[in-house]
Amino acid sequence: MRELELLIIGSGPAGLCAAISAASSGAKVLILERSFQPGGQLIKQTHMFFGSERQYASHRGVDIADILLRRAAEFGDRIELMLNATAVGFYEDNVVTVLKDEKEYFKIKAKSIICATGAFEKSLAFPNNDLPGIYGAGAVQTLMNVYGVRPGNRVLMVGAGNIGVIVSYQLMQAGIQVAAVLDAAPRIGAYLVHASKLARMGVPILCSHTIKEAIGTDCLEAAVVCRVDQRFRPIPGTERRFDVDVMCVSVGLSPLNELLAMRGAAMRYVPQLSGTVPLRTVDCETSIPGIYVAGDASGIEEASSAMAEGYLAGLCAAAGLGHVPEDYGARRQEYLGQLEDLRSGPVGDRIRAGMKLSAL
Amino acid sequence: MFEQTAVATREMVLEKFPPIERIDKGPVAVVECYQKIPCNPCQTACPFGAIQIGADINEIPRRDEALCTGCGVCVAKCPGLSIMIVDGSKSAGTVEFRIPYEFLPLPQVGERVLGLDRAGQPICRALVKKVMNPPAFDRTPVVTLEVERKYLYDFRNFRREAEAHG
Ligand SMILES: Cc1cc2nc3c(=O)[nH]c(=O)nc-3n(C[C@H](O)[C@H](O)[C@H](O)COP(=O)(O)OP(=O)(O)OC[C@H]3O[C@@H](n4cnc5c(N)ncnc54)[C@H](O)[C@@H]3O)c2cc1C
Ligand code: SF4
Ligand code: SF4
Repeated sequence: MRELELLIIGSGPAGLCAAISAASSGAKVLILERSFQPGGQLIKQTHMFFGSERQYASHRGVDIADILLRRAAEFGDRIELMLNATAVGFYEDNVVTVLKDEKEYFKIKAKSIICATGAFEKSLAFPNNDLPGIYGAGAVQTLMNVYGVRPGNRVLMVGAGNIGVIVSYQLMQAGIQVAAVLDAAPRIGAYLVHASKLARMGVPILCSHTIKEAIGTDCLEAAVVCRVDQRFRPIPGTERRFDVDVMCVSVGLSPLNELLAMRGAAMRYVPQLSGTVPLRTVDCETSIPGIYVAGDASGIEEASSAMAEGYLAGLCAAAGLGHVPEDYGARRQEYLGQLEDLRSGPVGDRIRAGMKLSAL
Repeated sequence: MFEQTAVATREMVLEKFPPIERIDKGPVAVVECYQKIPCNPCQTACPFGAIQIGADINEIPRRDEALCTGCGVCVAKCPGLSIMIVDGSKSAGTVEFRIPYEFLPLPQVGERVLGLDRAGQPICRALVKKVMNPPAFDRTPVVTLEVERKYLYDFRNFRREAEAHG
């Protein structure tokens, strides 16, 4: 069994920044990534990101992935990246079992572990939601932007959060019509600058609307939507039909962190963070010493905060292993300060409330 | 309404425009960013310190029309594509807009396109004067269009005639 200092699970922005941070302190790191390509969500984000310069704002997500990978490569063999390698088990003695290339199965034991596994898409129950042509918005984004495949000709987007709105915009960039974007909430959840881009291309955004049913025999042919009242109950007589061959469901993400639950970390359901999350210290350490969490796995937020959390977790995990850099205090304050800035505004209210409920 | 439709009202739009005297003097940025979000590349990008957000990254950007030279550097840097340049100094009957446009194929100089308002509704004709897409804009091309002056506060986007969608 291979034994090592620091294992990072996931190579999204959180995992890559954790690796860069820990390696710059002197730790040796292995990153496990289940995909054939590193970068997590970043590799399909063709739009410019928000945030500040420190989080590469106004760069496109896909370019941020390249920047982080180049920085990680500068550490040579201090950062090893293993692709097509899924962590499938996490046991009490810090043994992680790995499935590589879907055939090799082996164990790794690490002194310290950072879980940066990201999130998964939520789905929605409605009649015929299993018809071909109905996708998660993230799946459509992967098809388009990673594989270059057109998902169809005319799309109905269910969900007006950032993901729904951004994927709609990218669908239009790919020459695909967006019939409408709807959301059951009474107001648009996405940043309004993103939503205004769609509005000025003539895409109707329908708040207080939900999907009633999908129609089709072998694949999606149409969708029926209706208005909902303040308690999200459908209002009879308000049905509208859209002839579409694709429907994207974008009703939010949930943190992906079953590995931590399996390891026995204390977990709690925190709606503000969009699911069950591990309790953690301000330094991203879970209830188990030496086991850290960073990024969407600790609560659904943004790449900007995932990077700051990754840097912080990497710094603290390395310090726990004895790699305490001279500027440890200053770096820690810098990352904590970045997180505070990003969460300080009105859109951060929910996150700050969630942080309180998940604090150790 | 804005929170339901993402279409800014007339009053909101007017508040972001500098006085007409300033527009008639030469190009100036209109920063249509209405919501507190953690974002500040516009401030970082402006070489003249004309956009201020301040220490709290969530604050709404304020553009100082006296400092703004209308250079347009901020236009392609804003991830919200919420900044445009307006210029009323060219003629008494028209105004020029510089807007970000991330769609292919790009329009041709001299092409007549359909001018759209903030809800994407056709309102006028517009003439393409210039298309800029240098590496520094990082794949957010900026298109200069000439529009009849009466559409100053309504024009916000355009569509090429051959295109069906929108
Ligand atoms: C459409 C869309 C638009 C977005 N726009 C923005 C934006 O403009 N600005 C912004 O800041 N954020 C944006 N985000 C959010 C941002 O992408 C995420 O918050 C960020 O990627 C989270 O980073 P992460 O590293 O925590 O997780 P991820 O990026 O999801 O990475 C997790 C990685 O872990 C891997 N993994 C998971 N489980 C295992 C396992 N068991 N074994 C091995 N590997 C595993 C996954 O394959 C993945 O590569 C957007 C997201 C979407 C979907
Ligand atoms: S147009 Fe130039 S001077 Fe004016 S705000 Fe933008 S970057 Fe600054
Ligand atoms: S860069 Fe654009 S979206 Fe960000 S704060 Fe400035 S104007 Fe608003």
